Amino acid sequence: MIDQFILSLISGIFISGVAGYLGSLMLSKRMSLVAGPLGHLTLPGVALALIYGFDISLGAFPFVILGIVLIWLFEIRTKLPMEALTAVVFASGVAIAFLFLPIGQAEEALIGDISKVSLGDTIILFPLCFFLFLVIKRIYPKMVLINISEDLAKSQGVDVKKYNFIYLFSIAITVALGVKLVGGLLTAALVAIPSATSRNLSRNLLQYKLNSLIFSVLSCTIGIFLFKFTNLPAGPLIILTSAFFFLISLVFKR
Amino acid sequence: MSGTILKVKNLNVELDGEKVLENLSFEVKEGEVLTILGPNGAGKTTLLKALLGLLPYKGKIKWREKVKIGYVPQRLPFIKDVPMSVEEFFKLKGASEKETREILKSTGLNEEILKKKIGDLSSGQFQRILVGWGLIGNPQVLLFDEPLAGIDIGGQESIYKFLEKLREERNLTILLVTHDLSIVYKFTANCLCLNKKVLCYGKPEKLTTEHLTKLYRGEIKFYRHEHD
Repeated sequence: MIDQFILSLISGIFISGVAGYLGSLMLSKRMSLVAGPLGHLTLPGVALALIYGFDISLGAFPFVILGIVLIWLFEIRTKLPMEALTAVVFASGVAIAFLFLPIGQAEEALIGDISKVSLGDTIILFPLCFFLFLVIKRIYPKMVLINISEDLAKSQGVDVKKYNFIYLFSIAITVALGVKLVGGLLTAALVAIPSATSRNLSRNLLQYKLNSLIFSVLSCTIGIFLFKFTNLPAGPLIILTSAFFFLISLVFKR
Repeated sequence: MSGTILKVKNLNVELDGEKVLENLSFEVKEGEVLTILGPNGAGKTTLLKALLGLLPYKGKIKWREKVKIGYVPQRLPFIKDVPMSVEEFFKLKGASEKETREILKSTGLNEEILKKKIGDLSSGQFQRILVGWGLIGNPQVLLFDEPLAGIDIGGQESIYKFLEKLREERNLTILLVTHDLSIVYKFTANCLCLNKKVLCYGKPEKLTTEHLTKLYRGEIKFYRHEHD
């Protein structure tokens, strides 16, 4: 039997790596805000998973997809800024979850619990995260162009709708995985903070995405070690470590 | 040798049920500079987008076959959201190292700028980089949306000289959108005054005060004056 701590650590590294990498794309155009509402919207799914005892990410996933479809529809229908729309989705998710989530299980839903990850989970996570990483790597340059200007991208013959769809789908999977690691409340921070730190320290795109990935993995690793020694919950420790790096980065800002 | 490169006939564009462009017809010859002039909200940017095929339209837009178009947008407000070097920005459009170097030379920038962060460029340098970006892939036509936006007055003169130089060097056809009248006289062979409809079309010398009053609805006075 492999040590539970090692499993948590490996799973955490996979998830945070993808989250940090994808997060670097989401920083532009204020998309990182979208992860917040999506994280919150997973709460009803997480609640169901906890009550009926199936995988948290599995429970979260359909709700993230629902959230993305809603946000996408709202954007087309109302032309309101994305931030305003996501706020609607966000509050609804929390409200629904707390209609039926037993308060005793609220902690795991809200701030995650990577220490419960099983060997099976870890084995599934590896190919999933690797695949996700490759997909993000593939769409990265075109997404940068789309984020700079959709018109410019379209004038280059980029199929903006297709890329946005793959991008949103990647966000959905990443958020669903992130919920397992740091919970519905903190998933936004998991994708947003490392990229913000990296932005402060990087001079070009290559440095920026690498640093974002590295800071994310580093925060996660340190967070899980802190969890082992202090027995405080891992999710908040990971996010606080990440926030600490961000504060330091402000000092060295370029 | 100077054949027609673009023919527009009875172009109509509606956005959200509102007519933005009505029955536009004009032609652009190869190597020509056409200025599209009009006040804010006249549909200038809409026209450029329709020409680029970014918007649905009724009527006819006919580019010469296999023509390559470079588009230089008005602003790129999101470009500074993430750190990116000039070199990486060029690579996004698939520029090779050789092409990048060639373009830098045409745009009068030196190679040191490649490693610079886009966010650290001066507005003049950024403008030149944007034009350079439009030149990647060696287009025959360049579409400019307000190339003066964000450039201080002192820099204006030089960017137009610069465009003129590029046009000669690369045998470019240039379509230029602006609300700045003075440009028309300095730079353009042909001018299209636009306010939803075409109000006048022809050589800038033929622009009359009457046209301009109609164009700007009497909101501005125009007088032609010489610069030192």
